[in-house]
Amino acid sequence: MSTQMHAITVTVNGKQYSRQVEGRLLLSDFLRHDLLLAGTHVGCEHGVCGACTVIFDGAPVRSCLMFAAQTDGHRIETVEGLAADRDHLHPLQQAMRDCHGLQCGYCTPGILMTMKVFLEDNPNPDEAQIREALSGNLCRCTGYQHIVEAVQLAAERMRK
Amino acid sequence: MKPAPFQYVAARTIEQALQLKAEHGDEARFLAGGQSLVPTMNFRLTQPAMLIDINPLHELAGLGNGPAVRLRIGALTRYRSLERDPATARHLPLIAEALPLIAHPQIRNRGTIGGNLAHADPASEMPAIVLTLGGRLRARSAKGERWIDAADFFVGALTTALEPDEMLMEVELPKAPPRSGACFMEMSRRRGDFAIIGVACIVRLDEAGRCAEARIGLCNAGDGPVFAARASASLTGRTVGSVEIGEAAKLVQSDIDPGGSIHASKEFQRHIAGVLTTRALARANERARGAA
Amino acid sequence: MNVATRNFGAPIRRNEDPRLLSGQALFVDDVELPGMLYAAFLRSNVAHARIRSIDVAAARARDGVAAVYTAADLGDYWAPGPLLVPPPPIEGITFNQRTQVPLAKDKVRHVGEPLAVVLAQSRYLAEDALNDIAVELDPLPAVVDLEKALTGEARVHDDVRGNVAARVRQCRGDYAAARSRAKHVIARRFHYDHGASSPIETRGIVASWDARANQLTIWDTTQAPVFLRNGLAGMLGLSERQVRVIAPFVGGGFGPKIMLFYPEEVVIPWAAKRHNCPIKWIEDRLEHFFATTQERGQTHDAEIALDADGRILGVKDVFLHDTGAYNPYGLTVPINSQCTLLGPYVIPSYDSTFTAIFTTKPIVTPYRGAGRQHGVFVIERLLDIAAHELKIDRVEIRRSNLIPPDAFPYNNEIIYQDFAPLTYDSGNYEPILDKALAMIGYRTFLAGEQQKLRAQGRHVGVGVACYVEGTGIGPYEGAKVQVQANGRVSVATGIGTQGQGHFTSFAQIVADQLGVEVPDVDIVTGDTDQFYWGAGTFASRGAVVAGNAVNEAAKAVRQKILKLAAEHFECAEEDLEIANGEVSVTGVPGQAIKLGALALKANPMRGAVKPGAEPGLESTQYFGPPSGATASGVHAMIVEVDPQTFALDVLKYVVVHDCGTVINPLILAGQIHGGVAQGVGNAFYERLVFDDDGQLLNASLADYLLPTALEVPHMDIAHTVTVSPLNPLGIKGAGEAGAIPVGPLFAQAIEDALGLLDRDVELNEIPLSPGRLFELTAKLR
Repeated sequence: MSTQMHAITVTVNGKQYSRQVEGRLLLSDFLRHDLLLAGTHVGCEHGVCGACTVIFDGAPVRSCLMFAAQTDGHRIETVEGLAADRDHLHPLQQAMRDCHGLQCGYCTPGILMTMKVFLEDNPNPDEAQIREALSGNLCRCTGYQHIVEAVQLAAERMRK
Repeated sequence: MKPAPFQYVAARTIEQALQLKAEHGDEARFLAGGQSLVPTMNFRLTQPAMLIDINPLHELAGLGNGPAVRLRIGALTRYRSLERDPATARHLPLIAEALPLIAHPQIRNRGTIGGNLAHADPASEMPAIVLTLGGRLRARSAKGERWIDAADFFVGALTTALEPDEMLMEVELPKAPPRSGACFMEMSRRRGDFAIIGVACIVRLDEAGRCAEARIGLCNAGDGPVFAARASASLTGRTVGSVEIGEAAKLVQSDIDPGGSIHASKEFQRHIAGVLTTRALARANERARGAA
Repeated sequence: MNVATRNFGAPIRRNEDPRLLSGQALFVDDVELPGMLYAAFLRSNVAHARIRSIDVAAARARDGVAAVYTAADLGDYWAPGPLLVPPPPIEGITFNQRTQVPLAKDKVRHVGEPLAVVLAQSRYLAEDALNDIAVELDPLPAVVDLEKALTGEARVHDDVRGNVAARVRQCRGDYAAARSRAKHVIARRFHYDHGASSPIETRGIVASWDARANQLTIWDTTQAPVFLRNGLAGMLGLSERQVRVIAPFVGGGFGPKIMLFYPEEVVIPWAAKRHNCPIKWIEDRLEHFFATTQERGQTHDAEIALDADGRILGVKDVFLHDTGAYNPYGLTVPINSQCTLLGPYVIPSYDSTFTAIFTTKPIVTPYRGAGRQHGVFVIERLLDIAAHELKIDRVEIRRSNLIPPDAFPYNNEIIYQDFAPLTYDSGNYEPILDKALAMIGYRTFLAGEQQKLRAQGRHVGVGVACYVEGTGIGPYEGAKVQVQANGRVSVATGIGTQGQGHFTSFAQIVADQLGVEVPDVDIVTGDTDQFYWGAGTFASRGAVVAGNAVNEAAKAVRQKILKLAAEHFECAEEDLEIANGEVSVTGVPGQAIKLGALALKANPMRGAVKPGAEPGLESTQYFGPPSGATASGVHAMIVEVDPQTFALDVLKYVVVHDCGTVINPLILAGQIHGGVAQGVGNAFYERLVFDDDGQLLNASLADYLLPTALEVPHMDIAHTVTVSPLNPLGIKGAGEAGAIPVGPLFAQAIEDALGLLDRDVELNEIPLSPGRLFELTAKLR
């Protein structure tokens, strides 16, 4: 089969990219290997682990379950867009650091993108709500407790 | 775990999508939320020659009034929209109660009700709920359209009455009537996993407080979503108490044929079906009394 | 002049986090090089078969495919891997070494064993080409069940009768005599199944051959970069200096990433050299269930002999261990089971025999706990059952058998995985137990709370489990500490890091020695060009062994700083203090020099230096402990069980842990939390389900159930500190402790919640599940 390419223009972290993509190219691979935004991680490629979560038109989604071709004209946020630079972290990133909410850090970008939108929708969440919102992201290192504390701390700081 | 090659087409109109489907039949698949389809493609268990992406067809999304006391939900309506629409909690309490149990927030942000129903996974919540509610579904092809009752729509595991050239357009469901109560309960290994067993119950009372109608449906209890007809009928005309509920639960247990899996044996599924039917019926009955 | 401990012991934020949080940390799959080829492996879809033919012609002809190789193409390069851990010197043992091969040649021995590799322009194309390869296999009977394997006709390795990989008996005292004078002997069969470590990052490797430099560079998710370099250099006929292995940020390991040489690690560098271009292979999640090692099951027939008061007189245990298709990691896992069974208890006589068995399943190597769980389950369950039969409180039977604090070092007289006698260096167990009981509210719970809840129809139970953990074993690690001209301090060690916080805990050690701030210390781990020697990150040893090496090197640099500064200021070293990144003369304002400036002075461009002087402010030091340090702890839990659905709700979870001196309590808590989470998965959610054909039935994260935030309970953690005499910092390892006693804790607490022991139902297996509890309680319905 000859490979048919699709022209797409997509806005990622506020920047417009125009690329030619094959129909089957997963959004996760497109972000990582075509746009070299490797902060989005791939853990399972079947939509369970949540490591590849990005914000698509304002909603967190699994980038391994979408095709790059589907993003033409859409808006994506990835972990690289959360903070201007390493020294000026987003409150959620800062709280994750303060609470030791990450160990190997591999699942962290997906968690950040999930919880960013969660906190925008729920500025004052309780522990049960946080755990439920977090349940679509697997973390094998932390046992989640410090992540829950970090989300609580971030919520508190962001309310001020 | 990369999908096999396929031709990708972003549909511009419903007509174009249907025309392509008519041309390519089973070789082509509609891509809605993709939350069930794409994982199987990544495992290369599904290798469609063409994906017709219907996500650009915004007219397929949304919740609106149907005729009389019925609601229509467009096939491309995402779970997220249903969760956020106050009409869901008001008119479709069964769905409102089930939504948080469906996978995880990221999946619900993308997954669509039409994609889920057309996928027809027997373990999935929505087919059992639509069947329990006695909904009907509108299918359309390049040649025309038709309504299919839920009871006829779900044919078996991952199989529906949709023809190869048809697209599921919308589902129509009755609003919760007065003096009725609904309850959805499921047991799964982890929250968000497919249910070991899920039970949907509706109890509607007459003015004397007897059961005017009961409907009990189950997911993961057979080849497709299951409507427990005998158990449902057993309650009609009776004042529902623990004895009646216990009898209905027994009927459910004897009428289902769960498949068993590595997570639960058939016997355990049957046991859980009894436990959850008992609990969900009692809760639905309580709620109906509260609404009366 | 004392060294301040401003940082050591403090809950300091991690140095590595800003990079990880902003998506800028390098993981193996992030390595992108021009001209790179992508590999995919064709793997056996049956567990056991003879290979009749593999036809790769069509695959080779596909557009975008650069090459396809099978075992035949590897020529002399094809060889079984080395034995990583030889069997310890134990008298009379049987050991049959059969190690994994790079690509299967005559036979496949487990599902997922690689048969061929495709190199293509993209991973997508490489996977397309896998479908073009035609393989003819003559199926053989799978070897799945351990008892059947011993007697069955089918042999995993044709020349190994009974599929016996190893048989080891270790004894202490005279168990037969102990048994003959015992008042009570309790014998049971136990099954304990451990699972797949499932780091969120799978394995991966990028190899790049630079023909002009004659240099091979490898990025690998390994926990043991130095051994990988040495081994690959040997295989490829290169000297070690021609091979650089970088284990960059690694997304979790938990044991299986210490295994080497995985077939992909052998094939990819070879192909990169042959093609003179970079090649990447990233394991996908499906492959991970077969291609990465895992832990699995043991069946124990164990008995405990007790006197009338519940004192342990002896334990006998005979167990079978599933080692999978090959045994490159020797006996580490079953030896750990054998040794860790002894726990914190005085067990005067012990007679333990295990048989490790080859099966047609993926290879078993250590996964967090590394067999310790299996042994702890057996002793803890035996004590629970004994307490019930002797009508003694579960906690009191444990307490009365604890090794007393004055008995250390305590020699168990059998050989441990590090080849040394199993001697506990230090410990004080009773305060740990008391603290855990107080935190969980054991007495008040049993004295009334439980009955009150039962009256409300709620089935709530308590569990308490004890363990010790051998940690921090040798051989050694090293570290190089160097003051840079900009005043920052760089530290390199040979171990790899997979999230343990080495960038911070090691920086804390150095910061205190050299009077700098923790963020001013840059740690490099896992790059063999930065540090040449080392063993790896395993067996809860990073902080103990590498941490002490870092400390020794920092101390040496501190001495150099003082010496040079004393010359500079023409004063005595005693008059100097090091703080805030500079050396100053005590009490003389203005007399100070920045460490960076001093480092420059230590490398003069002209002029004579004194004989024997070394340039720079740097030192490389090594540390090797004489034997492992023994950590210990108690977990306690209150759980509610739905008596109809057997759904669990953990209401309270407590860990009290003693790992000696604590470097960073925040990092330590994280290690415990993560360990418990994996323990919870092991106890109630995760199970690798193989059918009789050796097929894994749940090779996806949808069906292999890693716990989410909703399954892992909130934990309360407390510590006691009994320092280790075996290293200057007094540290014991903590990486595995959280995971070890969770199984017996679940069994005990669920039994208690449902009152099972009173009704003759015992939970003598792990993992449990609602469905399994339904089956085990069938006779009660």
